[in-house]
Amino acid sequence: MKVHEYQAKEVLRAYGVPTPRGIVAGTATEARAAAEQLGGKVVVKAQIHAGGRGKGGGVKLASQADEVYVRARSILGMNLVTHQTGPEGREVKRVLIEEQVPIAREIYLGITLDRSLGKPVFMASAEGGMEIEDVASENPDAILKEVISRGRLHTFQARRLALGMGIRGDILAPTVRAIGSLARAYDESDATLVEINPFVLTHDGRAVALDAKMDIDDNALFRHPDLAALRDSAEEEPLETDAINHGLNYIKLDGNVGCMVNGAGLAMATMDIIQYAGGMPANFLDVGGGADKGQIKNGFRIILSDPNVKAILVNIFGGILKVDVLAAGIVAATQELNIAVPLVLRLEGTNVEQGRAILAESGLDFIVAGDMKEAAEQAVARAA
Amino acid sequence: MSILVDESTRVAVQGLGRAGLFHAEQCIRFGARIVAGIHPGRGGTKALGFPVFDSMREAAREARPNASLVFVPAGGAADAVHEAIESEVALVACITEGIPALDMVGVADALRGSHTRLVGPNCPGVISPGKCKLGIMPGHIHQPGSVGVVSRSGTLTYEAVGQLSTLGIGQSTCIGIGGDPVIGTSFIDVLELFENDPGTTAVVMIGEIGGSAEEEAAEWVKGHFSKPIAGFIAGATAPPGRRMGHAGAIIAGGKGTASEKQAAMKASGIAVAPTPADLGSTLAALL
Repeated sequence: MKVHEYQAKEVLRAYGVPTPRGIVAGTATEARAAAEQLGGKVVVKAQIHAGGRGKGGGVKLASQADEVYVRARSILGMNLVTHQTGPEGREVKRVLIEEQVPIAREIYLGITLDRSLGKPVFMASAEGGMEIEDVASENPDAILKEVISRGRLHTFQARRLALGMGIRGDILAPTVRAIGSLARAYDESDATLVEINPFVLTHDGRAVALDAKMDIDDNALFRHPDLAALRDSAEEEPLETDAINHGLNYIKLDGNVGCMVNGAGLAMATMDIIQYAGGMPANFLDVGGGADKGQIKNGFRIILSDPNVKAILVNIFGGILKVDVLAAGIVAATQELNIAVPLVLRLEGTNVEQGRAILAESGLDFIVAGDMKEAAEQAVARAA
Repeated sequence: MSILVDESTRVAVQGLGRAGLFHAEQCIRFGARIVAGIHPGRGGTKALGFPVFDSMREAAREARPNASLVFVPAGGAADAVHEAIESEVALVACITEGIPALDMVGVADALRGSHTRLVGPNCPGVISPGKCKLGIMPGHIHQPGSVGVVSRSGTLTYEAVGQLSTLGIGQSTCIGIGGDPVIGTSFIDVLELFENDPGTTAVVMIGEIGGSAEEEAAEWVKGHFSKPIAGFIAGATAPPGRRMGHAGAIIAGGKGTASEKQAAMKASGIAVAPTPADLGSTLAALL
């Protein structure tokens, strides 16, 4: 689960990570009041779940309250397009008004899970402000790494990162403290990613998280009700949220062949084979291992709420999910939802004979395919 | 021959809820010898004819299982695996989906230097057809034989097995290693076991987008694996930055793409199936 910058900073502050003073605002008037309260020069930052906000025009400097009002008014409600939002962009509903800090140096700090090691790794780079992926591909040696074992980044490790970036003298201690606090925040929040880019050292001797990105492990939200409350559904695709609420996993894509599959791997493979057959999948949909009649119906409803869908391919290899139960669900859904697009079914696994009998007896016009390839070709042909 | 499980495997089932009981029964049907169930609060009772214990330690003492199948829900699954590690159960297959990643980091720590191998989590488990089923895969699609199958995905494993059996090609052992970022057993671990198993003559290896496990396995194959491999990578058409169902299936920062993985496999002499419908025929061509 992604959270906004202002929310991530609130979480990090609770662990002792210094951040600029800031106030979040939903209107230009609130933004002006925030600027007056903060005093001095400020930054107006669009709050959306995507990076690259500065380049997209979502971050502006302002030196007095009236200017903040004007800036906030232009940013709020704008459709901010960045390299992470896709061409459709994202509407800005909030801005963060923050004091400007006198930047002496920018560095990169990040924590993520290293899958090969099975442990979190703290990454640091002297090249703050740059995309870490670019640094990794152009100059991998510039990224310093320390492995976090048993939930702990030792102080000497934090110091080694800071020293490795050439941080010396009075600013060393506050930087090391901030690095340690970030590691603790990652661990105790069940984060999957914490990224501070840039983290800045200031002319007045402070070490401050100027930006903050934080992703929380969805699987761990059950033990963090405070973090779960930070979810901003407006930032999520409504159909995807709808699917989650019904125990389904749906991702909207751009094609016209809808897919309903059990299992993530088979669902991806089904998308692949649709493309090999010359078509484009309209979605990823994993109905999971134990789908019931209600889930099948909701799956069809969600697929069909995308007007691009011209045919639906159902590819089920039933293990736990029995094919006869699935077939009954398909028949019921077809009747209740009045499904008008062609349905191509490829069903295999437990109780497949009973399942095929249910489909045949329904009198409905299904296209039953013998294997995946035939199913994909049929579905693509019908959608064309 | 086979790897990990066979006729001598003594199975304990951790978590006897609805799913646990249903699958325990299916496992027995396809050859598993279940010697104990673990379900706190139900110690002293029986289920499907096997004794139920309140803790793994009691089960280990009384019934001496050497394998465990975990159905405990996500919030307590890591704890169940820790309990099995502490009792030195040799093999643990964890079916549970949705375990917090940092819980698995703790499990991975506990596994190092322990007596336990973990398969999963978020996986279908392990089956040696005709000998023992330690998992949730549909037993009837399998045939005893000499092809090993290893995969990150559950139902795509069934797809591969179904195609093999249709072609009359049986399997020595089929293993789903799981779709999570942190897992107990890697492709390399399984390939090493297959290499040393005289009963396995060829392998189907199914990967998916995300991470670098397939690339690492392909690199390892070059110097260490002598048997033919047919491979496939799911998710060639998946958009970057989106988590495709599995927590581990995501193309992030331009890494983990299907084309990189396919290229690594081909460079190691692995025959890559062009589509998921060609898994069986690609393997058949190698025999």
